[in-house]
Amino acid sequence: MATETTETPQVTGPTPRSPVRAAVQDTLGVGMGLFPLGLAFGVLLTQSGFAWWWTPVFSLLIYAGSLEFLAIGLFLALTPLASVALTTFLVNFRHVFYGLSFPLHRIRGPLRKAYSIYALTDEAYAIVATKPPQQLSSTRILAIQLLCQSYWVAGGLTGALVGAALPAGLDGLDFALTALFVVLAIDGYRAARDIPGPVLALLCALIALVLAKDQLLVVALGLYVATLAARYLLRKRNSRHAQ
Amino acid sequence: MPSNGYLVAALAVMLAVTFCLRAAPFAVLNRLRDSPVVGFLADTMPTGVMVILVVYTLRGLDLTTSPYGLPASLGVAGTAALHLWRRNALLSIVAGTALYMLARHLG
Repeated sequence: MATETTETPQVTGPTPRSPVRAAVQDTLGVGMGLFPLGLAFGVLLTQSGFAWWWTPVFSLLIYAGSLEFLAIGLFLALTPLASVALTTFLVNFRHVFYGLSFPLHRIRGPLRKAYSIYALTDEAYAIVATKPPQQLSSTRILAIQLLCQSYWVAGGLTGALVGAALPAGLDGLDFALTALFVVLAIDGYRAARDIPGPVLALLCALIALVLAKDQLLVVALGLYVATLAARYLLRKRNSRHAQ
Repeated sequence: MPSNGYLVAALAVMLAVTFCLRAAPFAVLNRLRDSPVVGFLADTMPTGVMVILVVYTLRGLDLTTSPYGLPASLGVAGTAALHLWRRNALLSIVAGTALYMLARHLG
């Protein structure tokens, strides 16, 4: 069950010279998913009766994709602020797990750290956490996060401003986000070489899909963390027995 | 339409809760940086979370009516196969998405 962790990271392709250029390369795939999703958000927001400039305001203040989509309905229904807080807590609870393995210690300066925490989305976590931390400079991580947010805001603005005039053939482009997570799962496996992890994660996700489709992320992540805790305790007990 | 005051207040609530959730683990973690638990989590969390996110993005899929989730299955399989073979993230994502869109239009 236990797997060895190697110190040598899997490097794909040559290491790019500048950290910003590396960040552009890191985020191109995500951008393909974030831009169309932002676009869909901008279209939806303006179609719900909001002025176009609310799109960047939403994306700068909330900056959490799935929550922004939910917020439209919540706000139109004048949901009490306490319920808004509770919904946010439940929908974004998964971000608590991200901090456990996000290399914030690589980032220099309190303001930059604060931005990095603020901009710690699914996508930013996905790109950063699947790379060996020693390859990630402070600038590269921040550039990755700034670029991700720009794709999202640019998509939202485009959707809000051009909205209805978009060609219909573009639907399905948001599959890029799924493809991105597939790619990052494979990269993550290559870095850690842990087989039980992804298998258990898939089981957790399928259980959550059947039991609590609307809360899939929180339930699946909670279950997965529980399996990790169990694995860790088992491993500790086994190594104690071996001594 | 809700008033601007309500909207700004509600957005501020969402910002505050989200930021606290994202910041919470770091407040505890600084003291645990070199602990074996954190090392174990750093190795096992990312891959598992990605797998869960794949399922999450596909949660709306209807497997009981035509095309029975076939375009998405093709897209995922194509992306994975290409990435195992060529190891080029952008190529895998572009080709996998194109395969999905093509399968949807033909289906």
